[in-house]
Amino acid sequence: MKKEIYQNPFFKANPVTVLVLGICSSLAVTVKLEPACVMALSVTFVTGFSSLFASLLRNTIPNRIRIIVQLVLVSLFVILIDQFLKAYAYEVSKQLSVYVGLIITNCIIMGRIEAFALGNKPWPSFVDGIANGLGYGMILVALAFIRELLGSGTLFGHQIIPAGWYEAGYMNNGLIILPPMALILVGLFIWLQRGIQKDLIEK
Amino acid sequence: MNTNSNTYTIIYSTVMVVIVAAVLAYVSVSLNGKQQANVNTETRQSILSSVNLGQGADEASDKNAYVEQEFNKYITDSYLVDAQGNKVDGDAFSLALTAGLKSQYDIMKQANPDVSKLTLPVFVCTLDDGSKVEIFPIYGAGLWGPIWGYVSLKDDYNTIYGATFLHKGETPGLGAEIATPNFSNQFIGKSIFDGGSLVSVTVVKGGAPEGSAHEIDAISGGTITSRALENAIRQWLEYYEPYLEKQKAER
Repeated sequence: MKKEIYQNPFFKANPVTVLVLGICSSLAVTVKLEPACVMALSVTFVTGFSSLFASLLRNTIPNRIRIIVQLVLVSLFVILIDQFLKAYAYEVSKQLSVYVGLIITNCIIMGRIEAFALGNKPWPSFVDGIANGLGYGMILVALAFIRELLGSGTLFGHQIIPAGWYEAGYMNNGLIILPPMALILVGLFIWLQRGIQKDLIEK
Repeated sequence: MNTNSNTYTIIYSTVMVVIVAAVLAYVSVSLNGKQQANVNTETRQSILSSVNLGQGADEASDKNAYVEQEFNKYITDSYLVDAQGNKVDGDAFSLALTAGLKSQYDIMKQANPDVSKLTLPVFVCTLDDGSKVEIFPIYGAGLWGPIWGYVSLKDDYNTIYGATFLHKGETPGLGAEIATPNFSNQFIGKSIFDGGSLVSVTVVKGGAPEGSAHEIDAISGGTITSRALENAIRQWLEYYEPYLEKQKAER
């Protein structure tokens, strides 16, 4: 298997900062670290297994309905995740609320199935799916780290900013909790990446 | 084989959908008990926390069992009351779940509510010192989704002993703050009657004045959620009012 398959999604072809996919959910679930981590793991599970099954079925899928077949596969895994979270991680499932269901609409998953799994063997497809899920998750966790620390003064719900700072006049940044500020943060990440990786800059 | 023929496409999609549906149905049925137990535990825990109990639940090794045990220990009675303040028969706990509260809220929000259909749950809690506190659920529409909660009154049927609020999808850090103790603890000690009339509790911008009997501080940036909560509490207390008056008269 080529190294690029599991290396590229983390930096050179990161689904969020390079392919600019999955932006909506990365703005919505990154207010706190815990839901962001669960979301990252859920998306990784769904991309991995839907890519695996799409690849296993790739020679049997009728071409005319292939998008619908992919959609059914993806929604199968998303509903499974949703049901298991409700049964075994009830608190987190409440925090994620509708966004678990909305994993179905995450473009990374359909994108990887269309672009990779339908033309490759099951094992590389599975690895590609997992790597892309983790590449997405990495950005999610980075965003949530910044947003929770500056927006709530906590990390994983534990108070980080000392109470003394608040007495001295420090205030949590209310703006960073709102989605627009997350979009600006994603923009900064993309800027940073393009600064490092010059070949991404359009002529 | 021609994978593009109509017959193949139809058979393929039918078989796939049936298999996927069977898998999902199986998972849903087998996890249903566990999910319902979580929902019940959450409701019991919220009811307990509205009387400032049940804090040890998150440290307990078996949370569901711990919460159920505490609930059965402290919640000594529960019944339904109608809009005239009479007790009626029925299962109070199932109506105190969000689905049950919603069914009552759906009756209330109609243009001409048929109040004779209302049956509202009330829980009686006996505290460690023997005093009794009654718990009244509330439910309403927040900014993004439903908000609900449990307000407990001391046996003067006027002073708030504690309160807990929950929400489905209010903005984290803003409207969602109604679910934090910092917000709900403000309700402790407020009174819902002024003279003989029900005034409920109002949220005010810029800080409630010190010692105010009916006002609490709204959430900055969460005005719509704060207002919605205020309305929900008032609306439900108005329906509970006949019951409260009766209880006060009997005392």
